[in-house]
Amino acid sequence: MILSIQHVVKRYADHTALAGVSLEIPKGQIFGLLGPNGAGKTSLIRIVNQITAPDEGQVIFDGEVLHPKHVEQIGYLPEERGLYKKMKVGDQLMYLAQLKGLSKAEAQSRLKDWFIRLDIKDWWYKQVDDLSKGMQQKTQFIATVVHEPKLLILDEPFSGFDPINANMLKDEILGLKERGTSILFSTHRMESVEELCDSIALINQAKVVLTGEKEEVRNRFKKDEYAVKFSGELTNSSAFEVVSIDAEQHSAVIKLAKSNGTNQAISALIKQVDLFEFKEVIPSFNDIFIQVVEETK
Amino acid sequence: MNKILLVIQREYLTRVQKKSFWIASLLGPILITAIYAIPIWLAMQDKEVKRIEILDESGLFQAKDLVDKEVEFKLVNKPAAELKASFSKEGFVAFVHLPKNIVRDSKELKIYSEKNLSLPLKSSIERVIEKKVRATLMQKAGIASEVYEKTQVEITSETISVSSTGDETSSSSGGAMILAGVMGMLLYITLLLYGSQVMAGVIEEKSSRIIEVIISSIKPYQLMLGKILGVGMVGLTQFLLWIVLTIGLTQVASTFYGSSPIQQRVEQVKKADPEVAKTMEASPMDEVTKVIESTNIPLVLGGFLFYFLFGYLLYSSLFAAIGSAVESTAEAQQFTFIVMLPIILAFIMAQFTMQDPDSTMAFWASMIPFTSPINMMVRLPYGVPMWELATSMILLVLGFLGCSWISARIYRVGILMYGKKITVKEMAKWLFYKG
Repeated sequence: MILSIQHVVKRYADHTALAGVSLEIPKGQIFGLLGPNGAGKTSLIRIVNQITAPDEGQVIFDGEVLHPKHVEQIGYLPEERGLYKKMKVGDQLMYLAQLKGLSKAEAQSRLKDWFIRLDIKDWWYKQVDDLSKGMQQKTQFIATVVHEPKLLILDEPFSGFDPINANMLKDEILGLKERGTSILFSTHRMESVEELCDSIALINQAKVVLTGEKEEVRNRFKKDEYAVKFSGELTNSSAFEVVSIDAEQHSAVIKLAKSNGTNQAISALIKQVDLFEFKEVIPSFNDIFIQVVEETK
Repeated sequence: MNKILLVIQREYLTRVQKKSFWIASLLGPILITAIYAIPIWLAMQDKEVKRIEILDESGLFQAKDLVDKEVEFKLVNKPAAELKASFSKEGFVAFVHLPKNIVRDSKELKIYSEKNLSLPLKSSIERVIEKKVRATLMQKAGIASEVYEKTQVEITSETISVSSTGDETSSSSGGAMILAGVMGMLLYITLLLYGSQVMAGVIEEKSSRIIEVIISSIKPYQLMLGKILGVGMVGLTQFLLWIVLTIGLTQVASTFYGSSPIQQRVEQVKKADPEVAKTMEASPMDEVTKVIESTNIPLVLGGFLFYFLFGYLLYSSLFAAIGSAVESTAEAQQFTFIVMLPIILAFIMAQFTMQDPDSTMAFWASMIPFTSPINMMVRLPYGVPMWELATSMILLVLGFLGCSWISARIYRVGILMYGKKITVKEMAKWLFYKG
């Protein structure tokens, strides 16, 4: 485990942001931290970053109780991210890299590599004010990863990115994962969860309401529903019931009477109609998200 | 520790590299020099020697009686009506009509001028005439002119301070007052100036949203401390530049002054009238030398640095706390008033402290940490008992520690607060938040 969060409680004057949150985040994975606005994601991330301390509970980082020295092994891209507007890009990155514990020479050589890699060599002496938003985002990303952290925390990393930059960012994230970086990825954009995450945890109203590996979670939410295409008249039978039907498209969703009763369902179907297609309905994370959040309200 | 140094370095370099820093560094000395040079320059313009025609019907006056450093008299003998019409055309500022029996009718003197006569010029003319009339009256009363000259003594005093051990130093009350005023003023300006720079820096970090990235690398109090120290060093650098440049500029200005016509004229008058010369020699330079001799320069300078440093640290930490709680400078105004109030109060109190540096009010003003930087600096040139100075310094350090504790606690919560109108009550609550 890169991160083990144990019974963390965080209270503010008028509300509880985290009410006994426990989470295990495995090494080398992209871990999606999901949840609606105000669920407590940012509070949790701030505790891991040691920006604030928990009222109760503790966080274990790579086998050790979280300690100030660990900030140098964590990279953090906050949702609300900015740069010093009146500073040159190079100076700014040098400053941020050195704050993360890199020596001057090390910071310089690594930054040069990144500048070449992202094809932004001529930005070093540019003032941040003169950069476009996309350019600023690249700069911020470099600042997050330049010290080669063990754990990378990305809070809504894609917000505000255009498709080209978003793609670049996605490739970089996957590349970092390949090189062994563990990534904690907070978002409510479900398509990026489907695309990138290995495991997820869903937080709602200060509690973890769902956690597990992506496929395993998905399986948990399967409802024995199948999408069928056919011609003819479809009605309920003892093997299935029709959940919804689109007569014009000749398609419907049916729910099996028994789990694993696909064969019975198919034989019942072919008695009624000409069957063209029979496919399991796999729940999207969007559906899971909405369902769980509604249930735990 | 290393990281605080990084913050200090950034805060220092980004400010020192700004154009505005150099403009302020240059403008300051130019302004200070101008404050001294412009009156001199104006005086030079004004004191180009005034020429005055004098019609003496009494026949009392001779050219040697009419000597003044600022006025040149010309005795003429023409009808008064004609002179009245012609004096300004001939380049005279005024025409003085002395009546026949000026000795008896001393109020009958008439001065005609085209424009309103300036008060100093009027009294210069009156002084010269008065002197001669007095001498004439003395003579008539049987007092020899030498006797009269001898009675013209002028009393000046030398003030000497005696320490308890009996050491005597020639003191200068006027000089001490000037020194006290200058230092009080300087502290007042710098506390406000650099305090609000710290606040602006905090607001910049918060509103540009870089803050969260930074505090995921270092502790908020480290960032706050680094910022305060960095800006403080900018302040010291600016002081240094101001001092060096002001000295340089005043040197240049004084060379001009030295070779000016007015200075030459002063020399002439000195030669012509040794008595005038005597009074004129009590020049400002003597006063300055006296101040330097009578004040303990290392103590005053050390005191200034100490009170600047800790006064600045105390106030700028409060300014930082305010900056952290708001999102824009406009929003900060309601809170800055709370912090500025004690500074302004201290400055007002300093005016009274300057009048009476040993009063009860002056004592307390120089003890309470919020008012002590300005007030103790004002008292210091007059001489302050060591125990008072030590107590005041210790209290200031304690005050700073207390304020920075409060500020750090407000700061760490405030920098992460967005989209919320903050009240003082709310800030008080933040003090007790955990971690």
